[in-house]
Amino acid sequence: MTRQDLSLLQVDEVTVAAIRTPAPRYRRAGDRVFSTAIVAVGSSIIVLAVAMGVILYRDSALTFSEIGFLEFISGTGWNPVDGVHGSLPFLIGTLATSAVALAIAMPVGVGTAIFSAEYAPKPVANVVNYLVDLLAAVPSVVIGLWGIFVFAPWARNAVYMPVYQWAGENAQWLQPLLGSPTTYNITTATLLLAFMIIPYTMALTRDAIKLVPTDQREAAWGLGATRWEVMRVSVLPAARGGIVAGGLLSLARALGETMVLAMLIGNANRLPFLPFRPAATMPSVIVNEFREAVETLHFTSVMAVGFVLFVMTLVINLTAAFLQRKLVKGANRL
Amino acid sequence: MTLRRRYARDRVVVGITAVATFVVIAPLVVIILYVLVNGVGALSVDFFTEELGSPSRAMTGRPTGLVHSIYGTIIIDLLALFMALPFGLGAGIMLSEYPDHPLNPPIRILAGTLNGMPAVLIGLIAFSLVVRPMGGFSGFAGSVALAFLMIPIIARSTESVLRITPWTLREAGLALGLPRWRVTLSLVLPASRSGLITGVMIAFARAAGEAAPLLFTSFGQNYMNTDITRAMDSLPQRLYSLAISPYPHWHEMGWAAGIVLLVFVMAIFLIARVVTARFAAWIHDRMNE
Amino acid sequence: MEAGTKNQTKTQDGGRAQERGQRQEIATNLAGDPSAGEPRMSTEDLSVFYGPAVGVRNISIPIYDKNTTALIGPSGCGKTTFLRALNRLHDLTPEARVTGRALLDGEDIYAAGVDPVTVRRRIGMVFQKPTPFPTKSIYENVAAGMRLVGIRRRDALDAVVEQSLQRAALWNEVKDRLKTPANSLSGGQQQRLCIARALAVDPEMLLMDEPTSSLDPKSAASIEELVRGLSESLSTVIVTHNMHQAERLATYTAFFYLGDLVEFGASDELFSNPQEDRTKEYLTGAFG
Repeated sequence: MTRQDLSLLQVDEVTVAAIRTPAPRYRRAGDRVFSTAIVAVGSSIIVLAVAMGVILYRDSALTFSEIGFLEFISGTGWNPVDGVHGSLPFLIGTLATSAVALAIAMPVGVGTAIFSAEYAPKPVANVVNYLVDLLAAVPSVVIGLWGIFVFAPWARNAVYMPVYQWAGENAQWLQPLLGSPTTYNITTATLLLAFMIIPYTMALTRDAIKLVPTDQREAAWGLGATRWEVMRVSVLPAARGGIVAGGLLSLARALGETMVLAMLIGNANRLPFLPFRPAATMPSVIVNEFREAVETLHFTSVMAVGFVLFVMTLVINLTAAFLQRKLVKGANRL
Repeated sequence: MTLRRRYARDRVVVGITAVATFVVIAPLVVIILYVLVNGVGALSVDFFTEELGSPSRAMTGRPTGLVHSIYGTIIIDLLALFMALPFGLGAGIMLSEYPDHPLNPPIRILAGTLNGMPAVLIGLIAFSLVVRPMGGFSGFAGSVALAFLMIPIIARSTESVLRITPWTLREAGLALGLPRWRVTLSLVLPASRSGLITGVMIAFARAAGEAAPLLFTSFGQNYMNTDITRAMDSLPQRLYSLAISPYPHWHEMGWAAGIVLLVFVMAIFLIARVVTARFAAWIHDRMNE
Repeated sequence: MEAGTKNQTKTQDGGRAQERGQRQEIATNLAGDPSAGEPRMSTEDLSVFYGPAVGVRNISIPIYDKNTTALIGPSGCGKTTFLRALNRLHDLTPEARVTGRALLDGEDIYAAGVDPVTVRRRIGMVFQKPTPFPTKSIYENVAAGMRLVGIRRRDALDAVVEQSLQRAALWNEVKDRLKTPANSLSGGQQQRLCIARALAVDPEMLLMDEPTSSLDPKSAASIEELVRGLSESLSTVIVTHNMHQAERLATYTAFFYLGDLVEFGASDELFSNPQEDRTKEYLTGAFG
């Protein structure tokens, strides 16, 4: 190794000096200290993850013993003053908003990913990618702010009211199913939720599409396929594991998205939840009630909602991780 | 099927995907424009120099601002960053530099899982771990919560950055007789520093925009507070409180808080993008040498 | 040049006019040979550029029907680049640019208005690594090309799938498990499946890019056997780094070096009596 090589590696003078004065014993000790420290610090991730589950369970244990786990997740009443804690409404609120948001985000996100990865000219694709990544970085309170003062009032006056009135004149049976429109309601919250998870769906689909090896694409091109046919025959089937994993991770994001929902869903604890009426989700109820939860059972019940949310996101995340590993392995095998 | 129809189908797909892209991009641009226009209108010198005080202060027209929230945000976020850095970087180094360590697979999976965990749950954990033992809400508890949020993000970005740093660099260092820890600290980390900084900045930006975990930890304050053991204000959490408050003056201030937060996050994001591009170019050059 | 002299062309020096002249002469020359018919395809001054870099320069060769043409040369010589230019696969690389002409039955495939999808349909391709569609069954892999053009009738598909698999000498091994995923096959079987998939759309030419290089010797031998059979019915072009394979399979061979065509001619002639020093050196293993 010459001096030039050193400059190539951008090695500083101190390092060069260290090379010139070898001290093998210190070195070995140094390596041991360093690797021990690194492993200790790295393991903090495991500790943190385990601690999360343990603490959430510990702090909600009272609710589970007093009320019972099944009763807690199947009870429809939530009235802290009377000590009634059933979390089914929030469970339904979370599942419904997330599922609908995902159903909207998937086609839009996958479409955007296909556009940016396959169709758009490079400069356009760069701009699209940049903006979508930026969207993921916009704080959810900022989107909530816009939702409260701009989108929600507009949507109520320009969309929900006309639809409701139209139903009143033409399909009376529909009105009770929609509910008379409030400014903050489940539809508004779900639309913004979908908008917020699209960057995840899009980015993960884009990555999965990019992971498909060139020779897979060329095999389809060589058969005389058009661009779309190459996608349909070769790329999308090969990327489907990654796309599904992306959908799952987006779903996990949707389940846990807090601020936009807390700001826009209207916070109503009682079933039934109608499209134009307020509702509540698990994160929104945590935000709204935690700071007031002074009474023990109320506090542990809010924690218990957190614990159930934890388990749900954990399962979804692990499933997605499993799918992605399979996908990467598959890509390596090809 | 005729070739013409096959091409037509291709064009239809182009159209559909272009519309999908528009559906994503257009609202984003609209939101940014709304925040910029309303925010600029609501910004004033007072915003950066006065504290919020009680609602009556705004209603009677006395000067109010969010200097305490800006100050609190900086303190809480920087403290969180310093707490998260050793753990996040350390975990990332472990995953990339000791690739055969038996704990790596679980760490990798759990880092991903924590990354996908709702931030509101992180707030609950920090409440149990810090707020309750300390006997009250504090800026420090907020920092701990945000640090929890940053650690898995930094760990993952550090791992991926170090992994694309050429192995020849490590081999060259080891061939010089350098011990492994020196190779890591003096060669690998400096060589990939711009990539590492990017990852840290992205994590920082994400944590800086979070309100949910701070609601149960640093709680919020209407007045200036420099003591991290007491409740502190921060912009995202303040924005939420202002937006759901019944006072029009505070709504105005919410837009001002929105523009500050958005510009802050976008600036970090933009710088990170530039640094990434330079890092990618550097790696590219190095590969071609 | 008179009939009976060297079947070669020079491209490394001299102007375009001269090259074109030589190409014409060779074409006439070989046309006199009873084994050679009209060329199915011929290239004229075909060059491929990657940005500012040159992939191959001014290549002019004929490719005869019902014969195998081999492209040989050391790695990086441009043989694969040239092969991919023959069915417009470079269209997909944004920085790649092709100049010159490639005439398929007298029509330039690079002319304005010629549809690349149709070109690739007429000129099939088999790649270095077997590339079956891993999520599709054996049957659906072979049927993929027909499905693209909207053929849905089961009996038609069945017939073509069976016929193609038979032509690719794979039918007997897979006829009882047509519904199993394609990636359950061995490497050699996968490559034959890819050949069957290419044959199913009834191409006029088949391009093969080192089709045996990722296979074990036994599978490679079966692919070679297959190629020999195929060349009786269609025009095949094979890129190979294995000179013996070229000698065994190809009636004509082109030797590429550093992006230039050094020598083109009947394989017997080229391998036994190379005219160019660089060909001689390569064949005797002086570089490569």
